[in-house]
Amino acid sequence: MITGSEALMRALQNEGVETIFGYPGGSIMPVYDALYDYTRGPQKAFDHILVRHEQGATHAAEGYARVTGRVGVALVTSGPGATNTLTGVADAMLDSTPIVVIAGQVPIGALGTDAFQEVDLVGVAQPISKWSYQIRHAEDIAWAVSRAFYIARSGRPGPVVLDFPKNAQTEMVVFKPRHVDFVRSYVAYPELDHDAVARAATLINQARKPLALVGQGVELGNAQEELRHFLEKADIPAGRTMLGLSALPSNHPLNVGMLGMHGNYAPNLKEQECDVLIAIGMRFSDRVTGNLKTYARQAKVIHLDIDRSEIDKNVRTDVAVVADCKESLPALTALIQKGDHSEWRQSFLPLAELERQKVIEPAIHPANGPLLMGEVVNAVAELSPDDTILVTDVGQNQLFATRYFKYHHQRSICTSGGLGTMGYGMPAAIGATFGAPNRTVCCFMGDGGFQMCIEELGTIMEQQAPVKMILLNNHYLGNVRQWQDMFWQRRKSFTRMMNPCYELIAQGYGIPYQAVTERRCLRDAVSKMLSSPGPYIMECAILEDDDVMPMTPPGMSVSDMMLEPGV
Amino acid sequence: MEEKKLYTLLVYSENIAGILNQITAVFTRRQVNIESLNVSASSIPGVHKYTITAWSDEDQIVKITKQIEKKIDVVKANYFTDDQLFIRESGLYKLSTQDVLNNPEISRTIRRHDASIIEVNPTYSIVMKYGVTDHIISLYRALDEFGCVLQYTRSGRIAVTRGMQEEVSKFLEQREQSTEQSGNGGEI
Repeated sequence: MITGSEALMRALQNEGVETIFGYPGGSIMPVYDALYDYTRGPQKAFDHILVRHEQGATHAAEGYARVTGRVGVALVTSGPGATNTLTGVADAMLDSTPIVVIAGQVPIGALGTDAFQEVDLVGVAQPISKWSYQIRHAEDIAWAVSRAFYIARSGRPGPVVLDFPKNAQTEMVVFKPRHVDFVRSYVAYPELDHDAVARAATLINQARKPLALVGQGVELGNAQEELRHFLEKADIPAGRTMLGLSALPSNHPLNVGMLGMHGNYAPNLKEQECDVLIAIGMRFSDRVTGNLKTYARQAKVIHLDIDRSEIDKNVRTDVAVVADCKESLPALTALIQKGDHSEWRQSFLPLAELERQKVIEPAIHPANGPLLMGEVVNAVAELSPDDTILVTDVGQNQLFATRYFKYHHQRSICTSGGLGTMGYGMPAAIGATFGAPNRTVCCFMGDGGFQMCIEELGTIMEQQAPVKMILLNNHYLGNVRQWQDMFWQRRKSFTRMMNPCYELIAQGYGIPYQAVTERRCLRDAVSKMLSSPGPYIMECAILEDDDVMPMTPPGMSVSDMMLEPGV
Repeated sequence: MEEKKLYTLLVYSENIAGILNQITAVFTRRQVNIESLNVSASSIPGVHKYTITAWSDEDQIVKITKQIEKKIDVVKANYFTDDQLFIRESGLYKLSTQDVLNNPEISRTIRRHDASIIEVNPTYSIVMKYGVTDHIISLYRALDEFGCVLQYTRSGRIAVTRGMQEEVSKFLEQREQSTEQSGNGGEI
């Protein structure tokens, strides 16, 4: 017989967990006591990373999951520890990131009594998680943990919350390992409908102007190669969503750029001209489609997705193929004819050239004036290794970073797409360094987001996590400032921000720091940061009113995309 | 805007705590009111059945149904219009016995509506009626005109489909076949 806490350790070991991001507290103490033996000595099974705030634990677990494709784990206490994880849980839900959050809870006898640090975690987590469950007794641990990991990683991945009352942590149990790979009410991998595949193939074979929209589903299904085969055989240009950026390398000839509100000009405009739209593992987010009433009305729509509820949710489809794209893409490739759409593909080039001249060149190679975000991102992209992982916070830093970074390697991007969580960057980058210790991790943050989970500098310090932090400081909440300038008559309501001395903060945490204020010092500073072994903060003094362009104004059609502000 | 209709959702779930909460949350998120709700054991051991009615247009009810079915422990969710179902509800009407005795028209109304009297005592009488929603409401309106109704309540809807077999049984059979293949017998 072992305690429930030790049973949890065995169950996590059974799931192949190696890294746990956590923070102890009253209601999870028995588990932390068991963890003590499992993180050192002959019994060592896990690395436990002590974060500085439970939100950080969830984002770190997300970063870890994104770069590894495995389930990230966060371990926290009840009450505030549990509620602090909710932003991360919601973030993982919207971005289909597999994490398991294990939270302590008061003993079941005290549930409902407003006991100290009691919160109805299952109740509050249900609408924002893939599954939430309370493990009421130690004998449920093996089943519930295995089921949690299966649900988190299978099908369309997502966050699972396990609420673990203290009595179950201390009860004695005979541990029998379980391996759940079936839940009868949950069809993780829908059976491929070959008729639908055939109908999709017919549409593609007849298409004269096909356009593929590639989403994170391709990465989640490990179908990067299957995607390339499909695109290359059919000769179809492909735009990627922000979360799907590394599903197809930046330099692939069929890659026509990023979709969405601040994506590239050509794919956005061409969505309004294509005759067949092939959406692959993407969900037609409003940031991608703009106004749905005018979105791609001329096109037949084929939607490949593993999640049935995404079909016809935002955009009406002509053919839906509900399956894992690892399976549906090869089936489709087998049925399509070898295509040649060179003329159609050529028609993207003048638009891309226009964007290059009007937007990209001025952003990445400005001649004078203060530093711009785009040129900083471009310098890092050029000087960093090809398999570098890009982590971003949320806002202008994210939009510039995702636009101007280069993606050569799969699973190279961690960003908060759906929830748009400021503060995500720093902890997610910590998680990424543990998930991919041999890859460089560059994290772009604004001065707003940097301060939203700034406490995780403590984790970086303690772990010497080699996060290359690029702080793009413009003394503004830049994205909101941009909207205020463009759509709110320049009334800059509470977007200007007084900043601390980041050099002193870096010093306080013992993290190497460098300020870049001049263009001529930029590349040397980037090289110095990249060659420095551990964590690093490079603070760049950025033009205050730099705008991210192009932009589709909110509520407008993708064809209304503007190349310059106010034009 | 599409026309709103009263839809009936039949939802089947595993017997795990908190599912009702998850189902209703799908409605709450879209600010759609649930008109009536009935939860009971189904004909399949261990499976619970929810019968939910709500006013909606078809586009929205399709999305609601898909989001409900997406919940891990929900086995199956389908939506129906009234013509696809056999539907029953029941109504209870508590009347003043004195009024019933004083006005013979009340008893005639009860008979005409095919309702039954299930309790009579010197102060009050209880009338019960099974039927479809409209008939139960119409009896209430008729009785209310006499000013004799002390209390009135109407149950949630129960419904069975007009098909031979419940779709959920077919689904579970298929799932059980696949679990035999994966050697994971008996697991939910």
